[in-house]
Amino acid sequence: MALLEVDDLRTYFKTRAGEVHAVDNVSFKLEERKTLGIVGESGCGKSVTALSIMGLVQTPGRVVSGSVRFNGRELTTLKRRQMEDIRGMEIGMIFQDPMTSLNPTLTIGTQLTETLSRHLDLSRKEARKRAVELLEEVHIPNASRRLDDYPHRYSGGMRQRVMIAMAISCNPKLLIADEPTTALDVTVQAGVLDLLEELREEHAMAMIMITHNMGVVAETADDIAVMYAGQIVEEATAQDLFDRPEHPYTEALLGALPKLDEPDARNGRLASIPGRPPDLLSPPNACRFAPRCKYAGSDDCTTVPPELREIRPGHWVRSAHPASERVREPVGVS
Amino acid sequence: MSEAEVTTEPVAAQPEPSSDAEPLLVVKNLKKYFPVKKGILIEKTVDNVKAVDDVSFEVRRGETLGLVGESGSGKSTTGYCVLQLLKPTSGSVRFRGQELTGLSREKLREVRREFQIVFQDPYASLNPRMTVGDIIAEPLVVNKLGTRKSRRKTAERLLDVVGFSPDFVNRYPHEFSGGQRQRIGIARALALNPQLIVCDEPVSALDVSIQAQILNLLKDLQQEFGLSYLFIAHDLAVVRAMSDRIAVMNLGKIVEMGDADKVYEHPQVDYTQALLAAVPVADPVKMRVRREERKKHKHVLAEPV
Repeated sequence: MALLEVDDLRTYFKTRAGEVHAVDNVSFKLEERKTLGIVGESGCGKSVTALSIMGLVQTPGRVVSGSVRFNGRELTTLKRRQMEDIRGMEIGMIFQDPMTSLNPTLTIGTQLTETLSRHLDLSRKEARKRAVELLEEVHIPNASRRLDDYPHRYSGGMRQRVMIAMAISCNPKLLIADEPTTALDVTVQAGVLDLLEELREEHAMAMIMITHNMGVVAETADDIAVMYAGQIVEEATAQDLFDRPEHPYTEALLGALPKLDEPDARNGRLASIPGRPPDLLSPPNACRFAPRCKYAGSDDCTTVPPELREIRPGHWVRSAHPASERVREPVGVS
Repeated sequence: MSEAEVTTEPVAAQPEPSSDAEPLLVVKNLKKYFPVKKGILIEKTVDNVKAVDDVSFEVRRGETLGLVGESGSGKSTTGYCVLQLLKPTSGSVRFRGQELTGLSREKLREVRREFQIVFQDPYASLNPRMTVGDIIAEPLVVNKLGTRKSRRKTAERLLDVVGFSPDFVNRYPHEFSGGQRQRIGIARALALNPQLIVCDEPVSALDVSIQAQILNLLKDLQQEFGLSYLFIAHDLAVVRAMSDRIAVMNLGKIVEMGDADKVYEHPQVDYTQALLAAVPVADPVKMRVRREERKKHKHVLAEPV
């Protein structure tokens, strides 16, 4: 049994204009100690997927259907109290913006011990001691002295380290990291990613790494799920996904990425994807990528919603025209 | 190409002391210090933040100079000083042979037609109460060029240049997505038919697929109008895709400058090497190698605490 099994998850948001299908039919499995990367562009539903797992979707949003099984327990039907016991204890989460996710009016120590005393039966003194250990574990210099500092005394990278310390404070089995390095400089990002990998090993955690950055998933993930317009459109091992991408969207996304090691990049053009992602109030009723896809014809693409199917062992794709089955040239190219 | 004549009025005659041999923009020993003050009533300058500290570079005609660095390295401040949006503490900025520092406001306005800026945040840089047509034509209004009618024509033509239907002149910014807004910002920068455009993180707020559209557009416009760019960005791969030459900034100084391919393939300075090694690339195999590489550079990059 996998540690986390998400099955046909649907999370919709009621708005005045109609219902936004932010997450629509998302299923995946995550084994213990493994890292799943979820990549996609803004608005594709990757963060809402994470919030749905954590039971943190706020009105007007609602998990409409589907199941989230963690360690054999169904999470979607749990009471608020029961979910609070799991959050922070068994599943830890770090958010994108370390500037806003810490309370500026409380010391780092107070915020760190809050999680500890909520879940563990520790005295004040013990909690404090454990907090120092945690700061040391995330490599914050002079940990015991810095415990009584307020967040504004910490740099962005150090704040993210504090957030990580909080998330792992109760030894969770699963860590969900939502764009943990997006607000950071590349050099600081490298340090934070190294730290996450180190902690995942030590604590034997599984991790979900949510990001828009293809490089970050390539570095951290065992398996990768690519999301587009509320759905997973491709899922495979990291290596297979980058070596042999199948979905036209994944291919296009990789093609649109400027390469660090491409000589004479100056004189070339980047492959861009025409148009923009669909409005999730009324997504295309068949393939959601069809309007931007260079392989979509007048055939099934606009009438039959493609299923996520296994095109080779461990490689899933939601497209009528995956790369390895393609016989025809892009539509409209002479 | 008739498209190249973007302004409806001829640009006012300008003194042109430059010979063609001199690069379009020459920046020498540019410094920008921000004073740190202490005291109430009687303020004393106790220290200076040296945001830009003795920077020299040039941008040639039709060329893109990439200015890359981490946040706080002084790359945007450099851009603002070049445009005289910030007054440099010292140093010289020569544009087409003319010294810009110390020019009067009136004089500066005239020369500014020749160099424009595209900002980072397409949401903050467009006035939500103005129509797209008015936004694009505003530089013409400020410089008292053309008539209402001719300005509208110009706005329509520029919309076409950046890939929109000319009918969009009457729409408002909220009707557009981030990438589309950035196109509007670019159209506005083109309104006065400038020679130099400072692009300050023009794509960092955009998704990858949209980013590629904007980068390609900037390349096309450069070809079509013979523009020069000072391209400021933190994303090393984006800078490589755009630039002929690259200047790497750290702590207010240019630590390395040279031909783009050379800097990326044979970085000479420790800092550049460390910066390049820190970038994650979309390939798990290469990533494993890079991770090892990165460890070697740890000493160069002390993380701020």
